[in-house]
Amino acid sequence: MSTIAHLIKSFTLWEFVKAHALTFKYFWKPKATINYPFEKNPLSPRFRGEHALRRYPNGEERCIACKLCEAVCPAQAITIEAEPRDDGSRRTTRYDIDMTKCIYCGFCQEACPVDAVVEGPNFEFATETREELLYDKAKLLANGDKWERAIAANLAADAPYR
Amino acid sequence: MTETFISWGMDPTWAWGVATICGILLIALPLMLSVAMIIYADRKIWAAIALRRGPNVVGPFGLLQSFADGLKVFLQETIIPTSANRGLFLIAPIITFTVALMAWAVIPFNSGAVLADINVGLLYILAISSLGVYGVILSGWASNSKYPFFSAMRASAQMISYEVSIGFILIGVVLFADSFNMNEIVKAQIGHGLGIVNAFGFNLLLFPLAVMFLISSLAETARAPFDLTEAESELVAGYQTEYSSMSFALFWLGEYANVLLMCTLNAILFWGGWLPPLDWAPLYVVPGIIWLFAKILLFFFIFSWVKATVPRYRYDQLMRLGWKVFLPISLLWIFLISGYLMLTRYS
Repeated sequence: MSTIAHLIKSFTLWEFVKAHALTFKYFWKPKATINYPFEKNPLSPRFRGEHALRRYPNGEERCIACKLCEAVCPAQAITIEAEPRDDGSRRTTRYDIDMTKCIYCGFCQEACPVDAVVEGPNFEFATETREELLYDKAKLLANGDKWERAIAANLAADAPYR
Repeated sequence: MTETFISWGMDPTWAWGVATICGILLIALPLMLSVAMIIYADRKIWAAIALRRGPNVVGPFGLLQSFADGLKVFLQETIIPTSANRGLFLIAPIITFTVALMAWAVIPFNSGAVLADINVGLLYILAISSLGVYGVILSGWASNSKYPFFSAMRASAQMISYEVSIGFILIGVVLFADSFNMNEIVKAQIGHGLGIVNAFGFNLLLFPLAVMFLISSLAETARAPFDLTEAESELVAGYQTEYSSMSFALFWLGEYANVLLMCTLNAILFWGGWLPPLDWAPLYVVPGIIWLFAKILLFFFIFSWVKATVPRYRYDQLMRLGWKVFLPISLLWIFLISGYLMLTRYS
C-alpha cells in the first residue's frame, strides 16, 4: 500500500509541488535584506572600523609616541618612529598602519593611554590599489579630523561600561 | 514583406533577400533585448524568493543592470589560455550563440508570422538544438583544462539523453496536430480542450507529456535542477571557466536565448502559442503576439521559480530520470496516443 502511495506521490511530483508552493509564498514576502548603500544597519558604539588619530580640542595631536599600540598589535601592522619636537614634547615622526595587515581587534585602541588611536565607525574605505591601504600619519590624522564627532560620541556612549 | 519591397520597384530576387534580412533583424534584435531583460528578471525572481532585493541600482528598479553587465564584459580583455586550441576556443561560443538564434527562424509569433514557414519546423528545431551540443563540447575540449572538459562531457551526455525523450514527446504532439509545421501545430490547438480551451496541455493524454517536456526543457537548457554542467561547487563555472569578455558574453546570451526558445516551445507545443487561452471571440481582439509573450513570460517565471526552489540533481539521478523514467514513459505514451487516435480519429 505504501509503495502505491509512494508511486502516486512521485508521479504527481507532489514534493515538488509542495516545495514550489512554499517558495511562491516566499516570493511575496517582504525582503529580509536592507537596501545597503541607501539604508544602513545601526552600529554599536564599540564598532571597530577604520583607524583614526585624534587631536585635543586645541588642535594638538593626542599621540605621545608611547608605542604601546605598536607593541600590542598582534598583526604587527603599526610602525611608529618618534623624536622630541622643537618645544621638547615627545611626538611621532612616523605613524603608519598597514590596513592590509590589520585584523581590527581593537587592541591598539585599548592600549592607548590618551585615546589617540581609535577605530572609528567607518567601514567603507575600500580602495582600488593596495598602496592606498598603507595609511600614514597624515591620512590617520585626517581621518581623525573627519570622524571626530562620531568617534567622540561613541567613546562617550561606551564610557560608562569601561 | 517581399511584396512590399517589390511594390517599391525592387527586383524580386533582391526583394526576397532584403525582406529575409529584415525579418532576421526583426527577430534577432528584439530577441537580444528580451534576453537582456530576461536575465534581469531571472535575477529578480530568484532574489525575491530568497528574500533578497536583486539588482536595484542601475536604472529604475535596476532595469539597466544587464546592459551595464554587458558593457563591462565587452570592455574586458579576451584572454585565451596559452595551451588552448585557439581556433576551436574562439569558434565554440560563436556556434552556441548562432545555433541559439537559428532555431527562432521557425517560431510563429502570430498566425503566419514566421520567418521560414517550413513544413518540418519541429524537425528543424530538434536538429538545431542537437547542434547546440557542439558549442559546449568544443569549448570544453579546446579550453584544455580539466573542469571545462568534465563539464563538456556531462553537458553532451545530458543533452543527448534528454533530446531522446524530447523527440518522443514531440511525436505525441505531432500525432495530435497531424503536422510538423509549427503554425499548423498551433492552429490544431483551437478549441482542443472541451471545444473551448486552446491548448493541447488541457488534454488528459497530453498533459503528462507537457509536464515531461517542461522538465526535459529544463535539462536541455542546463537550468537548475539539471545545471550540473556548470555546478560551481564542483566545476568552477563548467565549460565557460576559461572564457572572458566577448566570448563569455556569447555563451551567456546563447544560453538565455536557448532558455527563451524552450519557453516558447512549451507555449507553442502545449499551451496554444499565439492563440488566446479560450476559444472565445473577444479574446482574439488582443494580438496573438501578446498572448505568445504572456505565455513565454509565464514559462520563464516557472523556469526561474524552479531554479530558486530545487537543489541540483546528482549526475546518476539525472541519467536515471532521463533514461529510466522519461524514455519508457514517453514511449508508452506514444503507444497510448496512437492507439487512441486509431480508435477515434482514423477508424
